Amino acid sequence: MTDVEELLARTRKLLADHPPADTDRTDFLRARFDAGLAWVHYPVGLGGLDAPRALQAVVDAELAAAGAPDNDPRKIGIGLGMAAPTVLAHGTDEVKERFLRPLWVGEEVWCQLFSEPGAGSDLAALATRAVRDGEDWVVDGQKVWTSSAHTARWAILIARTDPDAPKHRGITYFVCDMTDPGVEVRPLRQITGEAEFNEVFLTGVRIPDAHRLGEVGDGWRVAQTTLMNERVSIGGARIPREGGMIGKVAATWRARPELRTHELHRRLLDHWVDAEVARLAGERLRQQLVAGRPGPEGSAMKLAFARLNQAISGLEVELLGDEGLLYGEWEMRRPELVDFTGRDAGYRYLRSKGNSIEGGTSEVLLNIVAERVLGLPPEPRNDKDVAWKDLAR
Amino acid sequence: MTESSEPTEQPLDLLYSETEDDLRAAVRALLADRAGHQTLLGRIETDSPYVPGLWKSLAGDIGVAGLLVPENLGGQGASHREAAVVLEELGRAVTPLPYLTSAVVATETLLALEGESDAAAGLLTELAGGRTVAALAVPLSTAPDAELPLGATVGAVADAGAADVFLVLRADGLYAVPADEATVAPQTPLDLTRPLATVTTGAGSGARLAGPDAARAAVRRGLLAGAGLLASEQLGLAEWCLEETVRYTRERHQFNRPVGSFQALKHRMAQLWLDLVGARAAARAAADALATGSADAPLIAAVAQAYCSRVAVRAAEECVQLHGGIGMTWEHPAHLALKRAKADQIALGSTGRHQDAIAALVGLAPPG
Repeated sequence: MTDVEELLARTRKLLADHPPADTDRTDFLRARFDAGLAWVHYPVGLGGLDAPRALQAVVDAELAAAGAPDNDPRKIGIGLGMAAPTVLAHGTDEVKERFLRPLWVGEEVWCQLFSEPGAGSDLAALATRAVRDGEDWVVDGQKVWTSSAHTARWAILIARTDPDAPKHRGITYFVCDMTDPGVEVRPLRQITGEAEFNEVFLTGVRIPDAHRLGEVGDGWRVAQTTLMNERVSIGGARIPREGGMIGKVAATWRARPELRTHELHRRLLDHWVDAEVARLAGERLRQQLVAGRPGPEGSAMKLAFARLNQAISGLEVELLGDEGLLYGEWEMRRPELVDFTGRDAGYRYLRSKGNSIEGGTSEVLLNIVAERVLGLPPEPRNDKDVAWKDLAR
Repeated sequence: MTESSEPTEQPLDLLYSETEDDLRAAVRALLADRAGHQTLLGRIETDSPYVPGLWKSLAGDIGVAGLLVPENLGGQGASHREAAVVLEELGRAVTPLPYLTSAVVATETLLALEGESDAAAGLLTELAGGRTVAALAVPLSTAPDAELPLGATVGAVADAGAADVFLVLRADGLYAVPADEATVAPQTPLDLTRPLATVTTGAGSGARLAGPDAARAAVRRGLLAGAGLLASEQLGLAEWCLEETVRYTRERHQFNRPVGSFQALKHRMAQLWLDLVGARAAARAAADALATGSADAPLIAAVAQAYCSRVAVRAAEECVQLHGGIGMTWEHPAHLALKRAKADQIALGSTGRHQDAIAALVGLAPPG
């Protein structure tokens, strides 16, 4: 429908009507959304133009060249990557119109209330309850590993609405107001010393039924929209040679000949080869996507990078010897962004332990590869047809 | 090298073209029809494991022998990308054929000389048509940057028994020596699908194709192409191992379940699949870098070799293990793949040699 020339014309008109140098950042981003140039593949009226997703790059390049502000996507990744596609796919018109614009502009930060202390890999076993009370739902329970909960205005939430149904069929999906007095957010300090994440305690939190996404009891299916988008968003960026953690340790190796040993040299080269191959595999995946032939290789990338990051950062700590015995600082901080390659080797070593856990453990992803890609039979299961309330926990 | 280096050339094309897919289908159909595993098992202990007539069908009828050779020299004017696809299929089927040795290593060596030497150009034309098979008289283990043998007798020359002519490196240059002027003494190879022999040639035998410097450069170019494309053979072999293992573990029942439903096995197969995703990217990168004459080709070929050697061996070892007892038998073809994979790990340079090459190319020097 929309071709490149038309997109460029729209973009230039936006820039002419709202010169970035003289326009408030938020005002500019709102105007960009209203012009359909926020995410061009979204519908008209919701920040898009129903255009092919690939054309977004045309808009982004033109805006960047003009020095226009962006919406700082790294800081609102959960909103952009998970909440927005789910709201778009399952929200009512009112919900979409209410939430998508401030989400994209970054005026309202989102978080994800999915994992629980008793429901990690087995997310469908979750125990947070939502009970209908007139036009509202009343929610009680505990969530964990919630990035941005302390800054979020809204959350996507899954809760159990029917304990008598088998676990996948008794879940409902909501948008939760993080300013509700029943929401308590506590920092969750992790092995690096800092707290990227939170625990969230929900006590009598009231959610209007109008903020439900999808049907009652259909929340697991709705959550698949969210989770599929989460996996797509991991490992998608283009990486130059030595662009990841391998570049850090290679730089140390080159700069510090006194640290070198033969054993570390061999391991460094092993990792260098693996990192270069992972980079090429990422490039191949990107070429497949551009050619319109996406393969299942995406699920390989997260697994490969988790293992690589852990091995390489571990090697780097060893290489540093006496310095590897030290750690930058243990002060409890609440970083706004996670920089996987930033800070010192000890931090990288500890933080990368999360790479094989967050967003699906490596073990669960291997099951997914085995069953969905290779077609191997599932393990026998005894939890699928039993009422949730009768499951062992 | 102090900064991370983004390749400045155009990005490598890591996909398969439609032409390549068509070529793959033709080669796979021919091999399935003529050189199935049972056929190979019946031949590997005879004097010649090569299936009679197969080379003529593949090299002549499908025309794969001349993929690297320009059309004006009687070739197909294709590239290393297409040759890599042929090698994937030959690796899948563990086919005994002098393709890597003659149509890649010897051919690429002669391609480096054809502008200077009419004899080289003439020989190239014969190789491109598949009428003549050539073997470079170096041990199969020779890495692209290795010391090259100059003696009259060279051991572990691959496909020597199939060769009509040997390319022999001597102190004063490269010679083409007809096989009937050489002594070929077969050896007993670990990999029965790629026969090895000791080749002895008389000091004055054959026709000189190039002087010493040009000869060395040409041989290195031949070995580099061989190493880069061997990765595709290893990829194909590993793919077969995984597919066969998945197929078997879905069917084989123990404890009243398909054994492929146990996570202990599933995770190992899933891990192999991950390794194959990397191997495919690496092998394609090496083929494309060679095809485009990229300055990165020596580095990417070394990366592909270092990685794909390991993946092929692991895939074959897992294939044997996850097949249980049947995988240990002579009648099951898993051992053909295992022996090829293990020999390929040494062929055209070991992992360690390729890693050393990488270290030198990207400035990761060993301890002083």
